[in-house]
Amino acid sequence: MEKKRVGPVIFSKYNKGEGVKKALQLGRENVLFEIKESGLKGRGGAGFPTSTKWMLTAAAKSDEKYVVCNADEGEPGTFKDRVLLLEYPELVFEGMVIAGYTIGAKTGIVYLRGEYEYMKKSLEDYLEQMRKDNLLGKAILGNNDFDFDITIRLGSGAYVCGEETALIESLEGNRGEARNRPPYPVNTGFMGKPTVVNNVETLAAVPHIITKGGEWFKQHGTDKSTGSKLFSISGDCEKPGVYELPWGTKISDMLNLVGAKNTKAVQVGGASGICIPKSQFDRILAYEDAATGGSIMIFNESRDMLHVLKNFMEFFVEESCGQCTPCRIGNVKLLEGIEMIEKNQYTFSYIKQLKELAQTMKVASKCGLGQSSPNPFLTILENFSDEIFNRNANGGHNGR
Amino acid sequence: MLVMEKNALTEEIEGLVKKYGATRSSLLPILQELQKKHQHISSFAQQEVARLLDIHPVEVYSVISFYHFLKPNYVGRNIVRLCKTIACDIAGKDSIAKALERELGIKFGETTKDGKIMLEYVNCVGMCDQGPAMIVNDKVYSKLTPEKAVEIVSKLK
Repeated sequence: MEKKRVGPVIFSKYNKGEGVKKALQLGRENVLFEIKESGLKGRGGAGFPTSTKWMLTAAAKSDEKYVVCNADEGEPGTFKDRVLLLEYPELVFEGMVIAGYTIGAKTGIVYLRGEYEYMKKSLEDYLEQMRKDNLLGKAILGNNDFDFDITIRLGSGAYVCGEETALIESLEGNRGEARNRPPYPVNTGFMGKPTVVNNVETLAAVPHIITKGGEWFKQHGTDKSTGSKLFSISGDCEKPGVYELPWGTKISDMLNLVGAKNTKAVQVGGASGICIPKSQFDRILAYEDAATGGSIMIFNESRDMLHVLKNFMEFFVEESCGQCTPCRIGNVKLLEGIEMIEKNQYTFSYIKQLKELAQTMKVASKCGLGQSSPNPFLTILENFSDEIFNRNANGGHNGR
Repeated sequence: MLVMEKNALTEEIEGLVKKYGATRSSLLPILQELQKKHQHISSFAQQEVARLLDIHPVEVYSVISFYHFLKPNYVGRNIVRLCKTIACDIAGKDSIAKALERELGIKFGETTKDGKIMLEYVNCVGMCDQGPAMIVNDKVYSKLTPEKAVEIVSKLK
């Protein structure tokens, strides 16, 4: 298939099978070295160094190990994995094969979100082709001590399963409730065995790093955020879609690129991310500043930010798994607070208490969901307080 | 439920258990196939799955109740899921919703009288650049207009 997309790293030219071939030539130690050299960090949003994850799993002693590809792309505003899986499956699957080779695993599992079931057939066809090309199966590319195969498992509509331990629980046939960490999946993962869980995009970067070198990868991006990032850009702009940009890109430059006009706010990192107002559009997209798993949602002057916030909080109330109290109850309380503002039935002292509750949730929730769900509440109320608290004096937003 | 129907369902579940293996980690794929074929997982099916995987039936129910796409009760032959998350929301999901409700004479969360179509909202389906979007059974439709959405739904059998 002719590739139409262009980009510095992920969308750069790649010949099918090259990454696996090169990795087998390099050997495990050198693969780990290149990944470490590249500075690659988890692309799901948390930004954990990939080489550390792989090294810990490689060092764990076990008869069985697993590579899990986290394709439970559920963060509102994210769709880069959809593009990668539909248009660049070779990168993702070869990344899994290389991970399996490096850590000593024989089994790879793709956890594909239930909403993407329509892709399953084409992905399975692609895996079958890889088996024919000897990139999967027994003795890969003639390497007698390396067998590896990949299966696809579907989710069933649960945002929290994107959290790696909840994902593992789901694979094991349980409710997708996050585990306590430690122990980490690197030594106690799927079926209690050492498991690497990587985001689709992280794995897609691997074949490029192996063929072109960690040094080459590092030339893109900033010192602390090496390489490039796929941004899923939606909302009020002329050209929404997936863009590959180097880390360190200024928000204002990105807005120009996609033809966004009269922009009031940019939500960086999805519903669990932060809302950035116009005055801060000179900030950069990077782990050290505005970190993101790639979700960028643009809102222009006509949008009601309280409505945006309410939409996010309704999402979290529905998607909280309910096992820990700060998240289960906290999100409901924050949503109630928003409804009070909407109806002009709030007091500032209560809003202040809710902000304290939001801080408590960030500290006391068990997993990333409850730790990050207060982000939009805090940043939208802080950055758009004039609009939000004066709305009722103006008869509601836009006179509604 | 007729004895014959029960036996057929048991046979089907035995087949699924054989296909995926009699382990707990096969639970979701088994439930997903049952859901797809019968549009729900009846309490009898839940008990049979539990028996064959050697777990307590409440464990099966507990898992079903956790996942949005698994349903313990029959809700309709086709499930239409309209994305309600912010990108689709600002792209005009409300007018799609109203058009569907008017056309079918039901509200979201309800099923048509003939049991053909159920309308429900869903959280982000990953089509934010092409909103509004909806998933009908397992097919995704994007860049919807009210007219287009109604046309898609009216073709359902």
